[in-house]
Amino acid sequence: MNPLEACLLVSALLFAVGLAGALTRRNAILVLIGIELMLNAANLNFIAFWRYGPHPEALTGVLFTIFSIAVAAAEAAVGLALILVAYRHFRTTNLDRMNHLKG
Amino acid sequence: MMTATFLILAAIAVAGSATAMSLRNAVHCVLALTAGFLGLAGLYLYLGAQFVGLTQVMVYVGAVAILAVFAIMMTHHPGEPEERFSRLWLSGFIIAAAVFLTLARAITLAFVASPASTTQAAAPSVTAQQIGDTLLSRYVLPLEIIGLLLTAALIGAVIIAMDPKDDPSHTEEEATQ
Repeated sequence: MNPLEACLLVSALLFAVGLAGALTRRNAILVLIGIELMLNAANLNFIAFWRYGPHPEALTGVLFTIFSIAVAAAEAAVGLALILVAYRHFRTTNLDRMNHLKG
Repeated sequence: MMTATFLILAAIAVAGSATAMSLRNAVHCVLALTAGFLGLAGLYLYLGAQFVGLTQVMVYVGAVAILAVFAIMMTHHPGEPEERFSRLWLSGFIIAAAVFLTLARAITLAFVASPASTTQAAAPSVTAQQIGDTLLSRYVLPLEIIGLLLTAALIGAVIIAMDPKDDPSHTEEEATQ
């Protein structure tokens, strides 16, 4: 099997695992972690295309991944803060019980 | 050619992530997630992106996982029986499986259609100095924007998470009521 193809398949598997977690878990924090996993799968794609693509010396994939990691870190910080506020209001992180918008 | 190194690292990454999404105890989930992130960092190192691999260890294993553990401990309810999956778990799994099968089929067909000439013998060597030079010459504007975004996001996170009862401008108001 081509190494690029293997990387892309691993990345697709990671994405599917993250998607399954984000869609099915009840705990809001674990849903956020599932989203982080999907972002990581995208990063693996960037690195794989950079490594096996035609112009690795341009460093495009590496820099895109670095920026993407920074955005993911910001997303995790804001997301966890939102979960803390929601927990203070609903007294739970169970998403099935956070079912109304009115305070 | 797939080497044993690649297979082991990919297995660690996928198994860690899958365990993180399936365990009952949320703290155990984050521990498994750490293993998954480390496997992914190993994959980056294997692919020749040392800087990204080490950044992955620092940001995800060092910061995001710790942050998640803090959030789990602050929102922990000891008495509450925890259920892992939501009511709609079956449709969630079906959607995820369908997405994976679609992606896998597209990837496989693409490589069957054009047997790639993409294989490269040696990994491109890229030093931290090269990355720094590129960041401060061609990509200086995105770098500044990312700095601004991180500052705004961290200040915003603190303000969102701040307890209104601890805010001095609110306490006087509540005391007079």
